[in-house]
Amino acid sequence: MNLDQAWATLNAVPDPEVPVLSVVDLGIVRELAVDADDDVTVTLTPTYSGCPATEVIQDSVVKALMEAGARGVTVTTRLDPAWTTDWINPAAAEKLRAYGIAPPHRKAADAQPLRFHPKDIACPRCASTNTQRLSAFGSTACKALYRCLDCLEPFEHFKPI
Amino acid sequence: MDAQTLYVLRIADACLIHGQRLAEWCGHAPVLEEDIALTNVALDHIGQARSLLALAGVLEGRGRDEDALAFLRAEREYRNPTALELPNGDFARTVLRSFLWASFMKVLCTALAKSTNAQLAAIAAKSLKEVRYHQQHAGDWVVRLGDGSEESARRVGEALALLWPYTAEWFTDDEIDAQAAASGIGPAWSSLQSAWRAEVDPVFAEAMLTPLADTPFRSTGKRGVHSEHMGFLLAEMQSLPRAFPGAVW
Repeated sequence: MNLDQAWATLNAVPDPEVPVLSVVDLGIVRELAVDADDDVTVTLTPTYSGCPATEVIQDSVVKALMEAGARGVTVTTRLDPAWTTDWINPAAAEKLRAYGIAPPHRKAADAQPLRFHPKDIACPRCASTNTQRLSAFGSTACKALYRCLDCLEPFEHFKPI
Repeated sequence: MDAQTLYVLRIADACLIHGQRLAEWCGHAPVLEEDIALTNVALDHIGQARSLLALAGVLEGRGRDEDALAFLRAEREYRNPTALELPNGDFARTVLRSFLWASFMKVLCTALAKSTNAQLAAIAAKSLKEVRYHQQHAGDWVVRLGDGSEESARRVGEALALLWPYTAEWFTDDEIDAQAAASGIGPAWSSLQSAWRAEVDPVFAEAMLTPLADTPFRSTGKRGVHSEHMGFLLAEMQSLPRAFPGAVW
């Protein structure tokens, strides 16, 4: 197994909560190395501290690499720098939108005032920004629940963090 | 245990116990959205507790992992401030406590991100991103209830009268704070009080709530001397690992 094959393998490992994104799309694969004996070392950065998918992701990364011909897989966890939605690349953000989840709408580093609620979250279906937040947390901690006041569809928004 | 282990344990236990209390809302919140929100916040805290307990176990150096520390200690060995173990009460008390603690976590994590312990700094930088959302969510509710109906204002006012005296413990230093500050592992918690008030006061003003005057009362959870509620909380939280030692999913 060479490095390109290892990356290609991980490109096909979906996030269990948002299966339209791969673990690579999500930006959590920080380093990948393959040595001459086909031993693979992967460095992963967890998303949210409490994300229940973290361990599932580790297991599926190991399983996929083993099935693709790795002799052994070592997974290391790196907390610093902390994961940010800025690592979701534009192509992956577009995949999210097509899947019905409004992607992060700004850079995570731009701190917002405490009592400020952005009014520019675009509906992933009709692109209208006439939308309303229903709940700060959705089916997972990383998403908030919104509805579009034009097409009347509910949707989830991937929060910038 | 040395001072730096105890310093980390205070934060770890605060996250763990607060997470446990919030998780009690699962299936009981007034509306579905809040059920989901409170349990999501609980999960974040339990996740933060995992990282911090694992670190405390390493610092302690006796081979205890996060599970051993979370589930197999006696009441006196938990170091969370008392405020976080008090019963949830009604929704107003829950979101007010959540707001007060998230505001504290925000200023604490901001300071801890510069810790001389690289792992603690990393956990803090990561947690800071999460607690911003907790604070925003709980802060919205504090305003909504405080500046809401007569009944909601009464409820959140009662919650404030109950909880506020317990926050004094957060800013009452002891030798553990002093040693942590001297070694650079983290700030003495008293040094965070003005930054905390700068977070809390504007939201209180909007919610038409007035912080209470300081009283001589000091709770002592940080030193391991807890309220009568702690034993019941632990009995529930620890029942499974104690009945089935080493159980895994």
